[in-house]
Amino acid sequence: MKIVIINYGAGNIQSIKFAIQRLGYEAVLSNNVEEIQNADKVIFPGVGEASSAMHKLRASGLDKLIPELKQPVLGICLGMQLMCNSSEEGNTMGLGIFDIDVVRFSPSSPEGSVKIPQIGWNKLESIRSELFKGLAEDYVYMVHSFYAPLCNETIATCDYGIKYSAALQKDNFYGTQFHPEKSSAVGEKILNNFLKM
Amino acid sequence: MLAKRIIPCLDIKDGRTVKGINFVDLRDAGDPVELAEIYSKEGADELVFLDISATEQKRKTLADLVYKVAEKVNIPFTVGGGISSVEDVDVLLQNGADKVSINSSAVKNPQLINDLVGKFGSQCIVIAIDAKQIDGQWVVHLVGGKVPTELNLFDWAKEVEERGAGEILFTSMDNDGTKDGFANEALARLSAELNIPIIASGGAGNMRHFTDAFIKGKADAALAASVFHFKEIKIKELKKELRENGIPVRL
Repeated sequence: MKIVIINYGAGNIQSIKFAIQRLGYEAVLSNNVEEIQNADKVIFPGVGEASSAMHKLRASGLDKLIPELKQPVLGICLGMQLMCNSSEEGNTMGLGIFDIDVVRFSPSSPEGSVKIPQIGWNKLESIRSELFKGLAEDYVYMVHSFYAPLCNETIATCDYGIKYSAALQKDNFYGTQFHPEKSSAVGEKILNNFLKM
Repeated sequence: MLAKRIIPCLDIKDGRTVKGINFVDLRDAGDPVELAEIYSKEGADELVFLDISATEQKRKTLADLVYKVAEKVNIPFTVGGGISSVEDVDVLLQNGADKVSINSSAVKNPQLINDLVGKFGSQCIVIAIDAKQIDGQWVVHLVGGKVPTELNLFDWAKEVEERGAGEILFTSMDNDGTKDGFANEALARLSAELNIPIIASGGAGNMRHFTDAFIKGKADAALAASVFHFKEIKIKELKKELRENGIPVRL
């Protein structure tokens, strides 16, 4: 199986590569269009600021490539956010795969105040996807200040003052706001489910 | 609901863990990678590696260690100790560290915080603050609490937040090593005045202290070293007790 992690200069790619290794697979880091197109599985990572990450994607033409991919694609954290219509972070357009706009957490919410960024382990709720096969409502590791609100493509929710999308899916595209590569045994199971699709 | 985090801290010197670590089941008590794996399996939510070595090869040794930890460990970890430039941070993050913790160099050059946040994002920049009370005022200290600065803890913490730091790791030098509990009043004030997560450090002696740090101190995470290394507190048991006290934890 050929696994490609899209390398566009945004984020802690090493951790994802290692997590895949621990599952017994090898992943290639690449920004080469042909190599990405020919992969069996594509992982789209991302840490950092949304508008500058989009800028990097446009500069390398990956913004056109990613939405056209036919194999299973997993966006992680900022990767997932960039797959949405737009992001309030740097007021940027996204790749428009998921039909939702990413917004910033509000420090005050109906349930009281929350700290920004959200850093730590939060619980997945209302999971509905083969991505979570074999899992209950478990804790996963999150680090983010912006989020995708609930929408038709939500396949897991999470509660941080408000309920938001912990994961999204549309056709062959999956996105997780959390970091499966840092979410202990639960995250490994999710990554493994994705790689087995 | 976001869980409160329990974070063991490992002191590293020349790529090895220091202080007698009392794990009978360790093949090599000085191997940070093996210890990290054990803590991860026991339910630690994160790990902090604090490099206290002062050799010229320090940077390279630390980067190698980060790479080895990232290869094996499936929970987030922070690296700190003598990090003073954007280049230092770049190397550590590229080798697989999730976050870096900056202490003295941020005090000496506060603009470094903005530079790091601009390049790497708030989420991976932890500012460590050591402070102790002098005449009733919380004064920021450097060099492991030996050198006082002009800075007031709460003013400095506010500035750090404004400059974009993602988290604050607050160590009370008054409490550190006492095993008498965390500095809950100062912690609660930090939590009330700031809107970024606060990690409590210094003073853990028993399980009740952790409950107090979360309830009275309103901390988002609690860090400790010796109580975990010497197995005086087991992380699983600690988390069970926290849950019984109504504190959300990942079990």
